[in-house]
Amino acid sequence: MGKFRDSLAKGFTITVEIPPPKGSDASSFLRVAGAVRDRVSGVNVTDNQRGMMRMSSLVFSHLLLDVGVEPIWQLCCRDRNRLALQSDMLGAWALGIENLCIMTGDFPTLGDNPQAKPVYDLDAVQLIQAADMFGKGIGMNRKEIKDHKEFYIGAVLNPFYEPLELEMMKTQKKMNVGARYFQTQPFFDISSVDSFLSMVKGMDAKFLIGVTPLKSEKMINFLNLNVLTSPIPQEVSLRITQATDPAAEGLAVAAEFVNALRKRGVDGVHLMPIGQVEAIPQLLDMIDEGASK
Amino acid sequence: MIITKQKQFEDIVSACRGAKNLFLFGCGDCAELCRTGGQEQLDELAEKLRNQGVTVTGTTLIHATCHELDVQRELRKHKEAVAGADAVVVLACGAGVQSVGDSTEKPVVSGCDSLFIGNSRRQMHFYEKCSVCGECVLNETAGLCPETRCPKGLLNGPCGGATRGKCEVDAANNCIWIGIYDRMKKLGRTEDMMRVSEPKNRKVANKPHRIEEPLQPKKQG
Repeated sequence: MGKFRDSLAKGFTITVEIPPPKGSDASSFLRVAGAVRDRVSGVNVTDNQRGMMRMSSLVFSHLLLDVGVEPIWQLCCRDRNRLALQSDMLGAWALGIENLCIMTGDFPTLGDNPQAKPVYDLDAVQLIQAADMFGKGIGMNRKEIKDHKEFYIGAVLNPFYEPLELEMMKTQKKMNVGARYFQTQPFFDISSVDSFLSMVKGMDAKFLIGVTPLKSEKMINFLNLNVLTSPIPQEVSLRITQATDPAAEGLAVAAEFVNALRKRGVDGVHLMPIGQVEAIPQLLDMIDEGASK
Repeated sequence: MIITKQKQFEDIVSACRGAKNLFLFGCGDCAELCRTGGQEQLDELAEKLRNQGVTVTGTTLIHATCHELDVQRELRKHKEAVAGADAVVVLACGAGVQSVGDSTEKPVVSGCDSLFIGNSRRQMHFYEKCSVCGECVLNETAGLCPETRCPKGLLNGPCGGATRGKCEVDAANNCIWIGIYDRMKKLGRTEDMMRVSEPKNRKVANKPHRIEEPLQPKKQG
């Protein structure tokens, strides 16, 4: 452990997101994760992302550790109260999981169990604070926790949120209570990244720029409609939709983008290959190829 | 006020479990304003029940069905009609239904679903602004309640999911945190928003609540 934290301290860092499976068999995703374990600094494990029921992110993080992959365990506020959240944090210590990425969590009505009770006992700022205090050996009831360990805590931010000052206030608040790194929503053009970088310049945290390879017109439309708060730039969309093999073009565009970001001197990138876990090794090959040019 | 909606007629009939004689009890306060339990709705329900061959032994309504002693008094006033009924159908919020249920030996049938505490802007337009959480944060949020008006009840700022100012959960609603931010800006208080709101003490919202003496703020010292 410590690979992700060390990598961010040293320089350009690549992490990749792999969701836990929706079923008992995690072998195919674990195979992909195992194959790229020396090529990324951490694998980010989503926690019922978009409110879609999947295997526990804590369990899948544990399975990743078993195959030598450093997990970045996502923990959201939607499904657990403070008792369950703290209990899972103790479990993470026991399993040797150090990296924690905390977020609010999409509302249940957007997912596949829309009748679920939304918990949100804590919000993301409060959970980051609780995790930070946990690392110092203090539980939410202010009582001491013996044999405590420290978490390396991160959070997320949406650089396309309007008004952005409000999102940046919340980002600063998250930093103030213990967030050391941030993953952003996906960017699709360098100029947006440039203005983002100038805004976060001087902030005492690491910023991993979100990168999502686009594979089809359908996916572009879905993201524009349901996920992104700012649409994908048209020139990027056109490159994918007009290609003979849109999925391959999408990977090429993403790889080029990653290398352009590396040249910009960003702290790192967070690859989110939505629905394309199997393509991760190929994407990393393309990134390496581009970097050596 | 408590916002209610009337249950489907078929569901009310089914909950009456074949009762042939029914007494109907309405509420002249919230349910009347919601048009779910006023005199008009009692008459309509009585008519529909009669068309199904049910005998309506009587109907009544009081100013507010949550006043238990008044409910008891009203039931005494209609003693014979209630005695002749197999069940009492109540068109009121859940509190009203239970006032009646606690005041008679007859089975009680709830004719409404209680939805929320609502503000009314004009007739039949209701908006939830307070969810009686027990720990009011309005002084910290420029008078707009994020516990109620943010679906996630976030206390330290927005979730980041709003698009063009609209809530990701229901685009009919503006993100309340943007509203709070705008008001705080006007008040010159945006710096206050950097203060971390501690996790809520959910204990104060534990149910069922009970108050049996006048509540006064505790005196200092």
